[in-house]
Amino acid sequence: MDKSITYGKNFFVSGIAAWAVVSFIYSIILTGILKNYNLTTTELVADAFINNLLLTGSCVLIINNMRYYLPRQERYWYVLTISLGLSGLCVLISRVSLWLFFKNDAHYTEVLSSSTALRFGILFLLITCISLISLLWFTQEEQKKMNERKADSERLAREAELFKLRQQLQPHFLFNSLNSISALTGSQPEKARHMIQQLSEFLRGTLKKDDQQWNTLDEELQNIRLYLDIEKVRFGHRLQTQIIATAEALPLQLPSLLLQPLVENAIKFGLYDTTDEVLIKLQAVIENNYLKIMIQNPFDPETSQPLKGTGFGLSSVQRRLFLLFARNDLLHISKEEKIFITTILIPQL
Amino acid sequence: MMKVIIIDDEHLARSIVKEYLKPYKNIEVVAECNDGFEGLKAITQYEPELIFLDVQMPKINGFEMLELIEKPPAVIFTTAFDEFAIKAFEQNAVDYLLKPFSKDRFDKAIQKYLQQPLASVSLQPVIETITKSTTQNRIVVKDGNKIKIIPIGQVQYIEAADDYVKIITADGSFLKKQTMNFFDQSLADHQFVRIHRSFIVNSQLITRIDVHEKDGHLLLLNTGARLPVSKTGYAKLKEVLGI
Repeated sequence: MDKSITYGKNFFVSGIAAWAVVSFIYSIILTGILKNYNLTTTELVADAFINNLLLTGSCVLIINNMRYYLPRQERYWYVLTISLGLSGLCVLISRVSLWLFFKNDAHYTEVLSSSTALRFGILFLLITCISLISLLWFTQEEQKKMNERKADSERLAREAELFKLRQQLQPHFLFNSLNSISALTGSQPEKARHMIQQLSEFLRGTLKKDDQQWNTLDEELQNIRLYLDIEKVRFGHRLQTQIIATAEALPLQLPSLLLQPLVENAIKFGLYDTTDEVLIKLQAVIENNYLKIMIQNPFDPETSQPLKGTGFGLSSVQRRLFLLFARNDLLHISKEEKIFITTILIPQL
Repeated sequence: MMKVIIIDDEHLARSIVKEYLKPYKNIEVVAECNDGFEGLKAITQYEPELIFLDVQMPKINGFEMLELIEKPPAVIFTTAFDEFAIKAFEQNAVDYLLKPFSKDRFDKAIQKYLQQPLASVSLQPVIETITKSTTQNRIVVKDGNKIKIIPIGQVQYIEAADDYVKIITADGSFLKKQTMNFFDQSLADHQFVRIHRSFIVNSQLITRIDVHEKDGHLLLLNTGARLPVSKTGYAKLKEVLGI
């Protein structure tokens, strides 16, 4: 029902235009035929008027009918039946009414009865045409609406998914950091205060970026540094970090918070896969119109499961890249002896 | 004097436990350990009554470390967040402390231990349920004084040996105090099949199945090992291999 409301002005303008065209054609054909019968002007006008009126009535009926009810199956039989019925009805009414008007005019009634079959043929063709056109038009309209709805729901789902993928802060990190702060408050309150500030700044950055799709590398790296500083308080000398980015790479854009899960992953693997000191290295360069970022962490080839360790961090990044760029080849991992390398490419448009 | 050991890979996390323990004059922290290896060594050396144990640690986690101890001491877990742990501990472990924890909460845990120190006896089933519920992808064993981590893919087969099981790999075989049923369940997802009351085999390595005697079959692995297959084992095998 609601679809009729949404058609609006456009619908009426095209409806009237179509009607004008059909009426015009019909009038020409009708007068063309009747001309040969030597009829008076009154008779011609009355005949054309009544027939046009009936045709218009049929058109309005068909269009309104299709507007609220579009047959799903056997639609062409439906059109045929309706056209047949309506043209028959029209011919009947026009004949009866015209006969009533001109029943004393023998010549005219003669013409009337002899042209019945012809009239029916023409009306039938025109009404079928109208029905088919409106059927197609409404079907197309419905299709368009459906596509719009589909596109809308897909876009919404995509946005929701991207939002979810952006905000995946590890609860472990938060709770462990709070525990470190709790430990520091007793012995080194100054350090505790400093860590609270770092943590707040990091969280603020993360929250801010929640509704922001893109960011510069420079800003992203600032947040990564904050994160790493906090982790260093937790793990002490065991964790070493190195961030190298070329000056040209810093202003480039990348999806916000994309690097965070990769760095978290590197730390998790680095720190939990070995008991030695761990160096996490992040490098960013420009390469062939791509921003290329490599993140390295040590791992133990003997005990870590081969390639099974992609984990949630990597798969969520992969998914995000796919949703944004429709490509699956932007993230890959490689291993060099005891170093695990995650490489990510961000196309620069 | 009661001996305790703190095992956590974060020094600040250890320091808070130490700080909270200060008022307890009859409790002595005999060792602080960075990881499960150190923890294991210290536990054998000092035989503490109670340990504070983190779950997430380098190389081997807290549960895996406990598995390697014949008679584990009472354990109070200190962990940031672990939904499995919380569920299981509520009934069995002495206590679990969710980081960050308060002094009050800590004192409660100590009181709980002092009142019923024997609660730790029932720890084994806890570990089992936890390791079972998390899909197992490696087995930690003791090899003399060393600890060996065996990725599941490297296990050829597992054989029952009284109270122990024998885990056979390319590097040799290792004993572990565990039940066959435990491995039967925890390895089910990894293409391992219980082919016999006393054997669980890595189905990837099977090269041939021969008919043997009247009801039984004999399995040949690509390592050359021959293993007996029971009647029910053969049915399971057929299902896994899709024959």
